[in-house]
Amino acid sequence: MTLAEMQFQMPDLRLASAEIFMLLMACLILILDLFVKDRKRTVTFVATQLTLIGAAVVTFATSSGEIAYTFSNMYVGDLMGDLLKLLLYLTVIVVLFYSRGYILEREQMARGEYYSLVLFATLGMMVMISANHLVTVYIGLELLSLSLYALVAMNRDSVPATEAAMKFFVLGALASGLLLYGMSMIYGATGTLEITTIAERLYTGQADKSILVFGLVFLVSGLAFKLGVVPFHMWIPDVYHGAPTAVTLFIATAPKLAAFAMVIRLLVNGLIVLAQDWQTMLILLSVLSMAIGNIAAIAQTNLKRMLAYSAISHMGFMLLGMVTGVVGGDARFALNAYSSSMFYVITYVLTSAGTFGMILLLARGGLESDELEDFKGLNKRSPWFAAVMMMMMFSMAGVPFFVGFFAKFSVLQAVVAAGYLWLAIVAVLFSLIGCFYYLRVVKIMYFDQPTNTAPIVAPMDMKILMSANGLAVALLGIFPQALMSLCAFSLLRSL
Amino acid sequence: MEFKTFVFYFLSAILVFAGLRVITARNPVHAALFLVLAFFTASGVWMLLQAEFLAIALVLVYVGAVMVLFLFVVMMLDINLDRLREGFWSYLPLGSIIALLMVAEMGLVLGGNYLGLFENSVPQSSAEYSNVQAVGRLLFTEYVYPFELASVILLVGIIAAVALTQRGKRKNKSVSPSQQVFVKAGDRVRVLQMPAEKSD
Repeated sequence: MTLAEMQFQMPDLRLASAEIFMLLMACLILILDLFVKDRKRTVTFVATQLTLIGAAVVTFATSSGEIAYTFSNMYVGDLMGDLLKLLLYLTVIVVLFYSRGYILEREQMARGEYYSLVLFATLGMMVMISANHLVTVYIGLELLSLSLYALVAMNRDSVPATEAAMKFFVLGALASGLLLYGMSMIYGATGTLEITTIAERLYTGQADKSILVFGLVFLVSGLAFKLGVVPFHMWIPDVYHGAPTAVTLFIATAPKLAAFAMVIRLLVNGLIVLAQDWQTMLILLSVLSMAIGNIAAIAQTNLKRMLAYSAISHMGFMLLGMVTGVVGGDARFALNAYSSSMFYVITYVLTSAGTFGMILLLARGGLESDELEDFKGLNKRSPWFAAVMMMMMFSMAGVPFFVGFFAKFSVLQAVVAAGYLWLAIVAVLFSLIGCFYYLRVVKIMYFDQPTNTAPIVAPMDMKILMSANGLAVALLGIFPQALMSLCAFSLLRSL
Repeated sequence: MEFKTFVFYFLSAILVFAGLRVITARNPVHAALFLVLAFFTASGVWMLLQAEFLAIALVLVYVGAVMVLFLFVVMMLDINLDRLREGFWSYLPLGSIIALLMVAEMGLVLGGNYLGLFENSVPQSSAEYSNVQAVGRLLFTEYVYPFELASVILLVGIIAAVALTQRGKRKNKSVSPSQQVFVKAGDRVRVLQMPAEKSD
């Protein structure tokens, strides 16, 4: 009997039951879809939505609020993970409702594989959120990325979509390479792949600092690629623009939650001792992203492309919260800073879902409606949806009393508390520049003459959901406290 | 010099040479074959480290499967090399500056500490120690979670490949046996009545 045999403990499968459930159901739906004759795939659609709801129930039921490890410490279950997973399911459910009409009008997308791939991507994100091992982080990330590449390419006869998929694939593979290289260096320096053990070994000073920093550079580059922050942002505009809008909606929302979790797991849980080093890198990435994202967005005439640059600037803003956790070896502000980032990313996902959902709502009869011109005079066509879109834009711009304002405010508060006054000023200046292109959309909707006067036709469920999404943005703006304290509480119990 | 050290330097020299030729060979088939050579010598180096399972897996998987497939693709596709090399000289200055910068930066960070390689020697194991057993045990116990997920990634690969290439029902010329057995002589041979042509 060897040592490895004796040490092995049977994993506690209950902890990972949400992942197991998701995997089983994704495989079942794949088989179920073979027997569906209906071209609209209503059965597959309903089964997918029920799976997501089921996963939410399982996650909720198995959440203990304590930090627990299983699968030889490769899996960590904690409150932050559970909260992010619940939001992830909700996002995917909303995304699928919004996409339904769009994909039904496109023959090549209205297939069962669409739903299976979305479920597998969700599984990948769940794995990333609960990863406590560099291998698990990587495997989850690849599962997500591979599903996304296929989804982007799914509209095969569209040249822009194929080009976007190709770029996404090549650059994504490069980013994975960078990430893996960084991970291997960190393994070389610490002798372990387990994130909590890495943190311990760093704390007791058992690691070679120079190799660690060397690996950290690659790790942060890989993370920056996946988050889409400058200078690793080049894929974002092309992919957002070229991909079918339904897939853009998916890419622009759910993976941001998983990417946030990945940053927390790798940098905060694992490499907090090196905070001084990675915070400097993140400051650079963040300032560049806010600058290039906000300025380049002004020049765009395509709404999807504009929102892509806006996504770059928002991710830069989100990183501001991450850079202010540890000040001079003092981690007093860490909880506040990270929870402000978390709040920012959650509200960004909410708003982003609504904005891309609006593009999907207007896209009818196989036509896209992703140019800024398509929004001309939306107020005359539908005052209510113009108002919803206005709320989304105001929230993204950070106009007071919408949720985006509080998100920006809480991040800035953390930045100022940490003593980076200049950083806060830079962030505010670039946000002001950013206001221009958000408000231009509002101007186009309210003051321009419509070129297309056809009334908006959309299924009832989508209209209801879109209204709810708009109301959520407005209501969370008035009562942000509940979600904020939820973020802070979940991080407090997890870090 | 010990014999093992000699073998190591011999294999490494071939490996470095093959690696260089992979990127410098003009003919893509040659480049692929040099990659095969590189894999072979790398597996030899692993053999020296007593990692016989990895060495065999490298030969079986990469040389046996991946590279053969790769060679097929290279041979079947008509790759226009001149077009691929277009712009090589115009990109070279910028590319080499960036490459040199990165090498210099890496050198500065790492200095001469060789990644601490000399601090840990290669673990020596007894003759009856089985690599395959050790890897297998780890895969199915401690690493079962990522191992299972890796299989899910392969599944996604299959789904993606089918979703991206399959276009409706196949319209090929296969034979349906159930219809074939009902064939009558009249279906196969048609007797035509043709009037004889007059020769002028």
